[in-house]
Amino acid sequence: MSEHVIDDDTIDNIEILAKLSLTDEERLQAKADLSEMLSYIDRLNELDTQGVEPMSHVFKVSNVFREDVVTNGDGSADTLSNAPARKDGMYQVPRTFEE
Amino acid sequence: MEIKDMTAVGLSAGIRSGETSVREALDCVLKSISENEDRIHAYVTLEEPEKLYKEAEIIQKKIDDGSLKGPLSGVPIAVKDNMCLAGMPTTCSSKILENFHSTYTAEAVRRLKDAGVLILGKTNMDEFAMGSTTETSAFGPTRNPRNPDHVPGGSSGGSAAAVAAGECFGALGSDTGGSIREPASFCGVTGLKPTYGTVSRYGLVAYGSSLDQIGPLARDVTDCAAILSVISGHDPKDSTSLERKDTDFLSCLNEGIRGMKIGIPKAYFGAGLDQEVGDAVLKAASEMKSLGAEVSEFDLDYTDYAVPCYYTIADAEASSNLERFDGIKYGYRAKDYEGLHDMYKKTRSQGFGPEVRRRIMLGSFILSSGYYDAYYLKALRVKALIRKAFDKAFSGFDLILGPAAPNTAPLLGTSLSDPLKMYLGDIYTVPANLAGLPGIVLPCGTDAKGLPVGVQLMADCFSENKLLRAAYAYEESQKAAGRKCSGCRE
Repeated sequence: MSEHVIDDDTIDNIEILAKLSLTDEERLQAKADLSEMLSYIDRLNELDTQGVEPMSHVFKVSNVFREDVVTNGDGSADTLSNAPARKDGMYQVPRTFEE
Repeated sequence: MEIKDMTAVGLSAGIRSGETSVREALDCVLKSISENEDRIHAYVTLEEPEKLYKEAEIIQKKIDDGSLKGPLSGVPIAVKDNMCLAGMPTTCSSKILENFHSTYTAEAVRRLKDAGVLILGKTNMDEFAMGSTTETSAFGPTRNPRNPDHVPGGSSGGSAAAVAAGECFGALGSDTGGSIREPASFCGVTGLKPTYGTVSRYGLVAYGSSLDQIGPLARDVTDCAAILSVISGHDPKDSTSLERKDTDFLSCLNEGIRGMKIGIPKAYFGAGLDQEVGDAVLKAASEMKSLGAEVSEFDLDYTDYAVPCYYTIADAEASSNLERFDGIKYGYRAKDYEGLHDMYKKTRSQGFGPEVRRRIMLGSFILSSGYYDAYYLKALRVKALIRKAFDKAFSGFDLILGPAAPNTAPLLGTSLSDPLKMYLGDIYTVPANLAGLPGIVLPCGTDAKGLPVGVQLMADCFSENKLLRAAYAYEESQKAAGRKCSGCRE
């Protein structure tokens, strides 16, 4: 097994991609966990997959289209009732742009 | 026979013949819940008893006037808490969805309700179905009814435990990498993962979308077949739903096992497999042989690559699917934050548990620029090889037989400290998800501690009937030999 060293820059990038913020202790744990898992996953490289098509779906499926017709009723009030913050029938979010 | 010892299909027949009633069936499960639930903790949310009795009355009326005749009408059934049921919370056993109320009903659950099933509530699970023990639940673990010091398995541990404890007459689970079959094995019940696309995923909270399937956990093979018959079939609301017409899984049961070719992968019985588990599973194989099946060993290629392939794909899909939990549209939002991005990060860090965060991080890395080809595409290529190995196997065999897990249920509190070791326990179940195959697990014995051992049968895609025929024949032979059926309680 090859050794994967996960550096601080990699963890910073993962925090951005995963939208998570880690404490110092969690960072250390994440480095160890990722390193162990990536070394384990590396065993897939023992297999020669030259010329093998990646299989994303087990059956041959293509996009499924339908007419854009509304079949359900107006569920906006119910849907909005699950939002942690709402105002005037809309989702309320923190300020997105600085003034 | 007392109601508590009936199967779902037997109970419904009794209700329809007037021998018993929906109300009595409900009395029976509620009694069992009040006796066991404090100890077992199979449920996250139970429907209020008054509502259940009201619903029971409505179902009884429809049975009495002949508008409900199906083999599950009147039967109280539980649903894993990652399937939506309008008006009820759907938490996925996560803090991030603690306050979420479903605004619509999952297609599989809707079909059960249409068939006259009484939905009791939502069962505990590993958080977002990520785990093999139900210990990653934010609401505390479920205990194994066969021995409460042990885990029930996972992620559908609440469903398996509810069936084993008689807290329902059957349950829905979901299976992304073994989450129906492993808890069925640990709790001594019968569980089936259908061919990918057989049951609609509409209303199932997504984990690994290319792998997720809903299926039954039940007291016996017939109940599994009856539940599957009700929940399967094409659904335009799920674009991966198959146009499948052969969704009667009951009428095949008596066709027997004679002449079926059953292959046993040699690699499934190597290092890592507990001796007692291996012995019990091979004993089941030899009993199937004595019932007329042709049983032989063979080499199944790529066995050792299924787990790393699975975790690459599942975690990649999970990291993408779980992006939606952002503290805006539903669920938990952190209290103190500075701006939008800080809110996202704090909400998700506080709302997700350690195992979910671990998988999101690995998945995010795998899909990131520079690593996507090396990890994600590589895994999809290996998946194609694994599928090909099964194609080869099923050109010679009707069924593949093996264990469901390398061991019986571990003690509570002993699994989460070493995630990789826990993942390796999925070696017998993840191949069916990667290749889209159906698999069934049913009890075949116990270890020295009295913990159940399950035997797994896998079939080629669309061949659930073969699984069910063979499993039923084996189960009948066990009943004839005086061994208790899978759901019958001590």
